[in-house]
Amino acid sequence: MTAISPRTTSLYSRHLAAGAKLGDFAGWQMPLDYGSPRSEHLAVRASVGMFDVSHMGQIEVAGRDARELLTWALTNNLGAIGPGQGQYTLMLTDDGGVIDDLIVYALLDRYMLVVNASNRNACWERIQECAAGRDVEIADRSDEVAMIALQGPEWMNALGPLVGSPSPLGLEYFEITEDMVAHVPALIARTGYTGEPGVEIMCPWESAPRVWDALLRGAVPAVPAGLVARDTLRTEMGYPLYGNELSRDRGPIAAVLSWACDTTKFGFAGAETVERDLANGVAEKLVGVIFDEPGIPRAGQDVLIGDRVVGVMSSGTLSPSLECGIGMAYIASEFAIVGTEIVVDVRGRKRQAHVARRPLVARSPRTD
Amino acid sequence: MAEETYPEDLRYHREHDWVRVEGDEAIFGITWFAQDALGEVVFYEPPAVGSTVSADATYGELESVKAVSDIYAPADGEVIAINDAVVASPGLVNSDPYGEGWLLRVRLTNPDAVSGLMDQAAYTAYLAGLGDA
Repeated sequence: MTAISPRTTSLYSRHLAAGAKLGDFAGWQMPLDYGSPRSEHLAVRASVGMFDVSHMGQIEVAGRDARELLTWALTNNLGAIGPGQGQYTLMLTDDGGVIDDLIVYALLDRYMLVVNASNRNACWERIQECAAGRDVEIADRSDEVAMIALQGPEWMNALGPLVGSPSPLGLEYFEITEDMVAHVPALIARTGYTGEPGVEIMCPWESAPRVWDALLRGAVPAVPAGLVARDTLRTEMGYPLYGNELSRDRGPIAAVLSWACDTTKFGFAGAETVERDLANGVAEKLVGVIFDEPGIPRAGQDVLIGDRVVGVMSSGTLSPSLECGIGMAYIASEFAIVGTEIVVDVRGRKRQAHVARRPLVARSPRTD
Repeated sequence: MAEETYPEDLRYHREHDWVRVEGDEAIFGITWFAQDALGEVVFYEPPAVGSTVSADATYGELESVKAVSDIYAPADGEVIAINDAVVASPGLVNSDPYGEGWLLRVRLTNPDAVSGLMDQAAYTAYLAGLGDA
């Protein structure tokens, strides 16, 4: 694909009307914030917010060998989910580096992979590669499918009046169903990236404005929230972000994602490395970080114990919930213990911090 | 968020900092343009009271959720006060950049040097030029 100028989603005019500050993200013009990322963050924690995540990719896999293909191409135990269920999983290179982290949904007649915008092509190529010699039909639906994430404790009150039946409101975490939202046919999944309960709504590209407008004007209006708030929300939860915590240079064990790998069978691409890392241990591990004094950590900053550099920050921000610096870091495994006192070099200033349990902020009691 | 304004009684530095002279003292802050570019400010790292600041050199940092921005001194001086209200509530820089969002009070080394900075007309022309670039 040769994207010359940044692409826009079908909600672009809605973002402009809402006063969004737009920025480039993985080749897309996306709303970074609508004036106050902090307020957007807190709205998601306290009531309900909505994010345009139409830039994410959707790849469908159908056919007789679909399950066999995805069992090989993805790390988690695909056998654990049946129609109407989704699963967080990883796609690895043959030598165990992470190509992407994604959610795979089992639908009645096919599987659907929801992948990061930045990795859409890489995932597509990898699936094609793994499909060779197998009886499968694969399709990239990314250009046809829009996606709105509705997140926050009030999500049911925001969505309830708009759905065609009560079934979306009864979904368990990671379940998915088809229904109407504001008279638009949609796939509704009980997933998200904020730590709050909520859903991700996938609908035809051109119908997204109708869903957005209905959520905006509902009895409990959803607050438009941008990618900056999405990032602070996921950082508070300690969720990895591809490009920060995940890359082809590190495997799932260092990222503390063994739970997303089928370690009973190891029958997936890249499994040798995962198995070896589990057996031998890894030099560095991903940890949560909370600052004990003012300052904001940023990705790439050194983590020290005494004068010794023991790691590097992979993400960092100011937590709107805790009102202090937080982030994640890869640090030498011997120090990857909750409570370990560390120092982060913030542009020459040494900030006291400690290794903290993830999530860094307690999840909403109404979360799963 | 404040309306875009550039008061007449201030002088402006090309790094989008302003100075308000009061006798041999002055107040420093950042302009509407600077706070708009930075976005919602969430952290202010001020210099120590008693330290010296030098014209065109950075004296502190303002951070938004996503970015860090150096703050430049428009003139030489000694820090006699910092705005603790902004340390506690950095968003004041956005809501009132020329009032409650001031950053520093200094004793100027040479109050006359401030006249060499841009006035309102020159600064707004400078901003228009940036827009063309």
